[in-house]
Amino acid sequence: MAFIDYYQILGIAKSATDKDVKNAYRKLARKYHPDLNPNDAEANKKFQQLNEANEVLSDPEKRKKYDKYGENWERGEEYEKYTRQQQQQTNSRQSSYAGNSSGFDGFGGDDFSDFFQSMFGQGGGGGSARGRQTKYRGQDLNAELPMELKETAETHKQALTVNGKNIRINIPAGVENGQTIKIAGHGNAGANGGPAGDLFITFVIAEDSHFKRDGNNLFTTVKLDVYTAILGGEVTVETLSGKVKIKVKPETQNGTKVKLKGKGLPFYKKENEVGDLYVTYDIQIPVNLTEKQKSLVEELKTESEKAKV
Amino acid sequence: MGNLIATTEISTYHEVEYSFISSLNEAGLLDFEIIDQTTFITTDDLQKLEKMIRMHHELEINIPGIEAIMHLLQRVEQMQDELRTLRNRHRS
Repeated sequence: MAFIDYYQILGIAKSATDKDVKNAYRKLARKYHPDLNPNDAEANKKFQQLNEANEVLSDPEKRKKYDKYGENWERGEEYEKYTRQQQQQTNSRQSSYAGNSSGFDGFGGDDFSDFFQSMFGQGGGGGSARGRQTKYRGQDLNAELPMELKETAETHKQALTVNGKNIRINIPAGVENGQTIKIAGHGNAGANGGPAGDLFITFVIAEDSHFKRDGNNLFTTVKLDVYTAILGGEVTVETLSGKVKIKVKPETQNGTKVKLKGKGLPFYKKENEVGDLYVTYDIQIPVNLTEKQKSLVEELKTESEKAKV
Repeated sequence: MGNLIATTEISTYHEVEYSFISSLNEAGLLDFEIIDQTTFITTDDLQKLEKMIRMHHELEINIPGIEAIMHLLQRVEQMQDELRTLRNRHRS
């Protein structure tokens, strides 16, 4: 376990006054506080270090011990016994903050480094008590839920096992890749009668081989034989709700895009509004022609040249 | 809309002056429901309020500061959403 230089963490000299410690902590806490840095694990980690440094350096007893034993903390056992006795009489102060969607899980004694716990014990998170036993909200949990694109087309229920409990969640149609929903009260249980945390589920939607998605619109490419492209006809197109036949206009050009209204994905929590499916035709040039086919194409070419004149 | 919680209860629980919560309302940062002369907030707004209380208590940020931060955080969230949409579009 490595020695942690709390002075360096707070960017202050060993001779810093209590006021200097407080000012340095406040300044850095404003920079790294998890509330100001949502979804930033690095900032959360830095904030925990700041809290640990502040916990030690703002408490005269702890600071004295740290300054005395510091790098030789392993020899501080006797002092530790004394401090532990003192700490039993001290109320612990912890923030009611106990988690957010980025997985930050509070900054009480349990979250302090091994170095801190070795010097000050498990209950070392004591400090300026606010005079009551704090109810701690349980830690929030984060989970990823892999899904297929087709599953986002309809609202459906899905069973999940969280903390050994089976829960059924409602997944609204139209969810997007990377979107997170909150299931209130399904995080870790609270302590001292505090409420449970929340469960945050992030959807990870796999790429689909048939459809590309842009918001609620879908895009697909359909192969079209050259004869149907020239003469017109019908082509079968796969949609999320099954196969549909669509009419192809005569003389359809390669890359032509047609819109199938309402065949895209529903809007999130607005199931009456649905996106569209855009079909792009990819005209296929025939290969391995027979002699007769070649001769007919030659004839077609001659006719086309005549028509031009 | 979630259930309602009396602001006096929150003020007692978090040991904050009622005037602080009331100022957040006046600054447009928190919506109140007033029933029979008692002010309530919805449970949906509770996390937001607790976040603002932490900023005030732990970081000594005053109401105008909180107002600025909340606006900026909202913009950060919007930008994160946009980034997600663009990443998804780029994936397509």
